[in-house]
Amino acid sequence: MSFETVIGLEVHVELKTRSKIFCSCSNEFGAEPNTNVCPICSGFPGMLPVLNQQVVEYAIKAGLALNCEIADYCKFDRKNYFYPDLPKAYQISQYDLPVCKKGYLDIEFGGTKKRIGITRAHLEEDAGKLVHQGSISSTPFSLVDLNRSGVPLLEIVSEPDLRSSQEARAYMEKIRSVLLFAGVSDCKMEEGSLRCDANVSVRPSGQATLGTRTEIKNLNSFKAMEKAIDFEVQRQIEAIEDGEEIIQETRTWEEDKQITRSMRSKEEAHDYRYFPEPDLPPLRISRKWVNDIIQSMPEMPEQARERIMDEHGLSAYDASLLTLTPDFLGFFDECTRYYHDGKIISNWMMGEMSKLLNQKNLDITQCKINPVHLVDMLKLMDEGRISGKMAKEVFEAMFETGSPPEAIIKEKGMEQISDEDTLEKIILEVIAKNPRVVEDYRNGKKKATGFLVGQVMQATRGQANPALVNQILARKLNS
Amino acid sequence: MELYELTLHELQQVLDKQEASATEIISSVLGRINKVEDKIQAFITLDEEGAMAQAQQCDARGSFSGLDGIPYGLKDIICSQGMRTTCASRMLENFVPFYDATVAARLKAAGGILVGKLNLDEFAMGSSTEQSAFFPTRNPWDLTRVPGGSSGGSAAAVAAGEIPFALGTDTGGSIRQPASYCGVVGLKPTYGRVSRYGVVAYASSLDQVGVFSREVGDCAQVLNLIAGKDSLDSTSVELEKPDFTSFLRDDIKGLKIAYPREYFQEGIETEIKNTVKQALLKYEELGAIVEEVSLPHSEYALPAYYLVAPAEASANLARFDGVRYGLRDFQAENVIEMFSSTRAEGFGDEVKMRIMLGTYALSSGYYDAYYLKALKVRRLIKNDFDKVFADYDLIVAPTTPTTAFKLGEQVGDPLTLYMNDILTVPVNMAGLPGMSIPCGFLEGLPVGLQLIGRAFDEGTLIRAAYAFEQNTDYHQAKPDIGGDII
Amino acid sequence: MTISFEEVEHVALLARLQLKEKEKEKYAEHMGSILQYVDKLQQLDTEGVEPLDHILPVFNIFREDQVKPAPKREEILANAPLVEAGQYKVPKII
Repeated sequence: MSFETVIGLEVHVELKTRSKIFCSCSNEFGAEPNTNVCPICSGFPGMLPVLNQQVVEYAIKAGLALNCEIADYCKFDRKNYFYPDLPKAYQISQYDLPVCKKGYLDIEFGGTKKRIGITRAHLEEDAGKLVHQGSISSTPFSLVDLNRSGVPLLEIVSEPDLRSSQEARAYMEKIRSVLLFAGVSDCKMEEGSLRCDANVSVRPSGQATLGTRTEIKNLNSFKAMEKAIDFEVQRQIEAIEDGEEIIQETRTWEEDKQITRSMRSKEEAHDYRYFPEPDLPPLRISRKWVNDIIQSMPEMPEQARERIMDEHGLSAYDASLLTLTPDFLGFFDECTRYYHDGKIISNWMMGEMSKLLNQKNLDITQCKINPVHLVDMLKLMDEGRISGKMAKEVFEAMFETGSPPEAIIKEKGMEQISDEDTLEKIILEVIAKNPRVVEDYRNGKKKATGFLVGQVMQATRGQANPALVNQILARKLNS
Repeated sequence: MELYELTLHELQQVLDKQEASATEIISSVLGRINKVEDKIQAFITLDEEGAMAQAQQCDARGSFSGLDGIPYGLKDIICSQGMRTTCASRMLENFVPFYDATVAARLKAAGGILVGKLNLDEFAMGSSTEQSAFFPTRNPWDLTRVPGGSSGGSAAAVAAGEIPFALGTDTGGSIRQPASYCGVVGLKPTYGRVSRYGVVAYASSLDQVGVFSREVGDCAQVLNLIAGKDSLDSTSVELEKPDFTSFLRDDIKGLKIAYPREYFQEGIETEIKNTVKQALLKYEELGAIVEEVSLPHSEYALPAYYLVAPAEASANLARFDGVRYGLRDFQAENVIEMFSSTRAEGFGDEVKMRIMLGTYALSSGYYDAYYLKALKVRRLIKNDFDKVFADYDLIVAPTTPTTAFKLGEQVGDPLTLYMNDILTVPVNMAGLPGMSIPCGFLEGLPVGLQLIGRAFDEGTLIRAAYAFEQNTDYHQAKPDIGGDII
Repeated sequence: MTISFEEVEHVALLARLQLKEKEKEKYAEHMGSILQYVDKLQQLDTEGVEPLDHILPVFNIFREDQVKPAPKREEILANAPLVEAGQYKVPKII
């Protein structure tokens, strides 16, 4: 029997405001435990929330980027549950009237386009962090850090439109891309500012009704998400094939064991008892407010992709890679201000640059190469002062040091030899030293030039201008 | 006359004319407290040293304005920086906030001297102050009787001359009912008029901070200080704030007063009804137009309240989990057990009961039948009031169905106790301002007259209350706290 | 309206209240009588009535996105029953 996988994602994005959603504490990542906290985000008695306007602005921006309808009226609700990292024992969230609903994102996977529906996107506050001494099941104590408590979150709920872990990944990457372009979040999975829970079910191919789903939590990287979904799909298929029932439950991804594990227990039976948050008046979002935000919306990745394909004749593939993040695109755009051939810039960025970034596990904001330096390097190539091969070496040095290409060439004494007299002298020497090869050439073995060029390059430690060498050599051999 | 017997504005005059110093005032008040407190038991925390030190500083400055040198007390649910704030609960027995509630900060900024924190029903849940986890407070008019609640400590302290004014909170009648039982003035402002920041929440959509004093004028003065928009409370309203003392004029000619027939029906003691009717005659005599009206959904206010308030309370009190402050059961082996046993130990019966009720009303499958239904009924109750206020300036009614009852008399069946709130709860459900002023005595126990106004029209309440006060002498009666505790 | 022993236990679990057997009986009885009383609301036809979830006609109350310095950690942690390394210490989760 063959099965179809059905996946819906609940993606949590931290919004990059300066302060938290309901208090004036800093929304900065990585501070000492409990130093970005106050009585409000620590849930002290008598404390009240006051909504950060920027959070709503960002939510509307994100909603527009996700092609959502923006509500003209929305409110907050309390979601009640006990957990040591949830200071009020309720999370202020939005239940029946979210700020955004009915959106979509188009993803491309395996060469085909697909539209993924977005049910809703709502605002809520993040909880704190529990630090376990050892593993969660063996530790006698846990520690609570509330720095993250009250960080603004947008929860984006997709329709169950995804059919594989790869599609899920493509969708996540697309969310990351549009929200980065909208400038509302830094979307760093490793810092938890982009997280997701996956609802996964399988059904026999052709069956119309959905299978029983499980919810997988704790997916902290793209890789973990893919692996966890794949594992869970396989587990469910095997269970069904063994005649077992799938239980609707929450499961957690255990990175060390590479399995999903049930989190179900009697105590976890949850009933969130939502009700309207009396401490926060509702929101009325006027058309004017939304229109003002539309006016201020930056270019979105799809627009950028069209633009650079149009302006620089790039392939759809290259253009979509260049528009994965606004920083990557920004680098490209900066280069094209000073250099005419976008295709060449793109080749260097997609090739050498991506390779080096991946090797060092860096993102482009951490790259030391200045766009102007890359352009300078390309111009040196055009002028024939360095060869393509030398350029790669120069590029690597630029990547390491951030120095301009001129300085690197000088330092390494690697300027290309393009002086005809110098080259002619060397070529004549090489011809003189290799009479048999010259003989072969003249007898019709045209490939013999390759050896002679190699000899010239060796003699010049690779600095000879190869085009000129070929030219002069041909002239000399044929004379 | 002793200094402690003086009202707020009388004390201000005394200070102004340099007839007494702040130190003398505080000494007199502390002397009074020491004399009667073992009978009244209004204070959970008393800060004699702090109060004296502040009075000395005040005298050293030499000039007096605002509340400079004036002692006051806070219901112990209002957070006070550096002073224990217990909510009369074991849960917070040792909780010392490092922040002031906005109302506390405003009184402090005006120069007032915080003498101590006043008893209440645990987390403001009750109508007798018997639900305090520490001890019950007694009614100064009869020490065998309750002062009412939940702000019983505030009402009793003001009535007993321990303090000239105090702040309380009113969620379903917790200022007006004890004011009525203790024969003092009690004002619950419009929801949104006074900041709730730093006031430990019972039911957030109903809670409001208000004033106890011996005279209406003092109440207006304190309201001037505590009212107004607070950027820390999203539900405090940006409105031009009138000078509430400008309403202290003895003129109510042409004022249109309504009395709702539903507030004079069975369940209300006949003698109370008669006393209130006398007050209505007084108003007519003073030139007001007094007519009967109907608030048809009145009887549904109390059942709706007992869904809305516990539901909100179940969430508001969930934060008391033993992690960040308050009591903790250190024996528990895991977190769920720690939560459950800490809360079982820290909360009293009535609090647990209301948390259970509220949790049930919100739980899956019951929300529509209970909580949502109650919110719809709340709308109907508000509509009733809106209709009446289209034609009338003020509603007048009894504050309570009876006078103060005896300690222990209403412990047991919660419903009997809840009935105390039947005349005050609708006002909270509609978010309106309400006031109770003394309007007579029955067998030596005070009777309260309830005034209900339009939203944000505390001015008319003050005006009508002042006119009544100027033409009667009930507010001048003082309890004789001689009897022994029984 | 009556409420069963099991319902009381379920609600107590949701509310994180450890109840003794005696208490469960008492709460079952008291909750039952209050619920019976509030059932009075069911007599009212509220068809089409808009629930009143916010009493004030107030909307869009915001603060500006400005950071204010946090209080000292010692102040925040001063009331905590158990602290380690600047964090609240709690017993194991499971």
